[in-house]
Amino acid sequence: MSIRRSRDWFSPDYQEQREEDGIGHGLHPLDNYLRKDRIPHIWCPGCGLGVILNSYLRALKNSEISPEETAMISGIGCTGRAAGYVDVDSFHVTHGRAIPFATGLKVGNRDLVTTVFSGDGDLFAIGGNHFIHAARRNVDFNVICVNNFNYGMTGGQAGPTTPKGAETSTTPWGGFEHPFNLPAVSAGAGAVYVARWTSYHTDKMIESLEEALDKEGFCFIEVLSPCPTGYGRKVGLGTGKETMKHFKENSKLQPEAAPSEVALDPKDPESDIIIGNFVNREAPTYQDTRGKVFEEARDKLGVE
Amino acid sequence: MMEPGTYFMEGNTACAEGAIAAGCTFFAGYPITPASEILERIAERFPEIHGSTLQMEDELGSIASVLGAAWAGRKAMTATSGPGFSLMMENYGLGLMTETPCVIVDVMRGGPSTGLPTMVAQGDVNQTRWGTHGDVGVVVYAPSSPQELFDYTIQAFNTAEKYRLPVVVLSDEMVSHMTEKVEVPLEDEIELVDRKKPEEPPEDHLPFRPDDDLVPPMANAGEGYSIHVTGLTHDERGHPSVDEETQNMLVPRLIDKIRKNVDDILEYEEYKTEDAEKVIVAYGSVYRTAVEAVDMAREKGYKVGLLRPKTIWPFPEERIYDLAREGIDDFIVAEINFGQVVYEVERTTGGAAQTHLVPRMGGNIHTPEEIVERIEAIDRGEVPPFKEGER
Amino acid sequence: MRRELRFSGFGGQGVILMGHIFGKAAVLDGKDVTLTKSYGPEARGGACSTDIIISDQRVYYPQVRNPDVLVSMSQSALDTYENSLDEDSVLMIDTGLVESDRKGTVGLPATEIAEEELGVKMVANIVMLGYFTTETEMVSPESIKESIREQVPEGTEDKNIEAFCRGYEEGDESK
Repeated sequence: MSIRRSRDWFSPDYQEQREEDGIGHGLHPLDNYLRKDRIPHIWCPGCGLGVILNSYLRALKNSEISPEETAMISGIGCTGRAAGYVDVDSFHVTHGRAIPFATGLKVGNRDLVTTVFSGDGDLFAIGGNHFIHAARRNVDFNVICVNNFNYGMTGGQAGPTTPKGAETSTTPWGGFEHPFNLPAVSAGAGAVYVARWTSYHTDKMIESLEEALDKEGFCFIEVLSPCPTGYGRKVGLGTGKETMKHFKENSKLQPEAAPSEVALDPKDPESDIIIGNFVNREAPTYQDTRGKVFEEARDKLGVE
Repeated sequence: MMEPGTYFMEGNTACAEGAIAAGCTFFAGYPITPASEILERIAERFPEIHGSTLQMEDELGSIASVLGAAWAGRKAMTATSGPGFSLMMENYGLGLMTETPCVIVDVMRGGPSTGLPTMVAQGDVNQTRWGTHGDVGVVVYAPSSPQELFDYTIQAFNTAEKYRLPVVVLSDEMVSHMTEKVEVPLEDEIELVDRKKPEEPPEDHLPFRPDDDLVPPMANAGEGYSIHVTGLTHDERGHPSVDEETQNMLVPRLIDKIRKNVDDILEYEEYKTEDAEKVIVAYGSVYRTAVEAVDMAREKGYKVGLLRPKTIWPFPEERIYDLAREGIDDFIVAEINFGQVVYEVERTTGGAAQTHLVPRMGGNIHTPEEIVERIEAIDRGEVPPFKEGER
Repeated sequence: MRRELRFSGFGGQGVILMGHIFGKAAVLDGKDVTLTKSYGPEARGGACSTDIIISDQRVYYPQVRNPDVLVSMSQSALDTYENSLDEDSVLMIDTGLVESDRKGTVGLPATEIAEEELGVKMVANIVMLGYFTTETEMVSPESIKESIREQVPEGTEDKNIEAFCRGYEEGDESK
């Protein structure tokens, strides 16, 4: 195979070429957005990541944003592998550093539609400080946080979103730390768009992602995902299918809810999962404010 | 860049101006003594040159955003000191693994830990070489004056672009806080190097397939090449390939692209080594002391010369090997630490000469007298060589 | 010929600026010059200093050990740095603020002149620099004036030149 891949994304020739090369069957509507030679992915049966990545790519497609102007950055973990599957400029960086890397990339080239796609541990434990500061600066990119309540890739250890009381491989006697309420953290730090969905709510998620892609500023979307291997079976949420059922039955659409009121306890089968887009406000972006100050500086200095 | 001419400029300012002259338009940093003046100067100057400057939340973020900006096509830099440099080790490794051109300035102060924030030391030398995990090839410049901070910051960008890696400018508190004459040349007298770009169309491009010089051409994000960049072991497509075979293809090349181009990268200078019997090895601010120590020792009748690595890594090992075999009896390494480059000298001489260390713990540089006294003591046979535990 | 100088005083007197003005003037005169300074929080408030080495050849070793001239604008600075002087060193003081019974001490009441004759206490450092320039003849007054115009805050150039000339007159050119 001499050709790495065709770049004429939507041409029939492309599909033919792919079939000739024996890469994929050329039938999936998102083929043009995926590095099909990297498929099959590494994610477990029942995991929500496939659905969530699919939703993001559909939102890109619906928004008519071309792959050439798109960049995706992931950190480390199961979700961190997402960047490796998308056929856009994609970066799989060190643990926790997806956000500052994306900051440099976006500030370096503001034409790139930039999305950070990573997990709860990566973004809010090791990368938590970067998250709040990027939100405070209002750098213009989207952060999709796939929250599966644990460190799935490394064997189901407790993380910053693991509910109190959950038995994980590092909390064998039950967890005793208070988890983050991610929409509250984001809204408090200054995100201009804050939403939560689950991997069950694909239509709403896609709609919301389209909104975020269109919006200038720091947008945060939390998506709850089953992790049958690392989490579900240990805490009694069961298989991926059973967790999806749990999401379906316990979710309540309440976009008017205050972010501070939407804390989760997905271990408790009776508790509500509040979903919706809780924040959508206007604020000047980092690039705009810096641009203005620098413009004024140039006036004072008398330079172009 | 600033108007050509003769200036009286502090080292850190000269470093920032060198970056601007090199075409740097992205800087991210976190304040730290004794490097903050670089960030301050950049913050003052970047509106004029339409640059982007970010004061990040920490040094982890600083280096990460520098890597991001480099992939956006920018010439990007960060500057720090020991404690911040320690935090940067993680993404120094990512930069080396992903072959990301950028510049890191480390202004050394006394360590370990918080140490002596306002005072000189040279304790980070081996950290630049071995600080990040895994096997790497690195390039590190050690300037000894504000003029050299200007010149070598430009050179660091050129080397970073040419060989695709984060290059370190290893300054120290003495050099960075010293004010001296700095000549800023005409813009067209400054040679600038830009990263090689792929010539083939995106569909034929393999982002990590090297040319004969072992360096792959680099497509930036947003140029239609749909690059994938990962810190995992990766093949020529850039795809993760976590196996022994790919590791054995990739990692040796990352080391060899420096090792096999050493003639192009390596820089050192010698002073009065022609007839020398003893050679002082010194770098950075201590080099300045060593020049005077050579003259002072020669006045006393000792045949002493000086070898000064300008690139500490790669190290001028062949030259030391040759000098040792051409009849140099003793190498005297003067450095502001408890022995770092001395191990390199000792290893390189291969036992053909004796190696001695004149250590200092940080806080100040050596005096010329201190080095000369050691030379006299060595000459009298009073000092056992380094490997027997001399400090 | 290598000369080592130390300008000292308390924070706010502008001794660092003195050093920078002198250093740039030396560069304009084609000399090699290296300036270092005490740095950090400990340098604020109490005694602060700037060290200069000036030479016709390249300055390598950058530290001042026994200054050929120590300028002290405050008593605490003199107390701090007096022990760095050797037999041949010249001590130059603001005689209105600093007392010394050291033999061969020279000086002038720079702060008094600045305040009473020039109406701006802040230019005392430049008065002292004028005096220093005549007394030491290390750099040309023309270069110092050029350096002053370059480095003092905008709008204060003329007052600072006046201060320099006033101090310069006080020096002994016959030496």
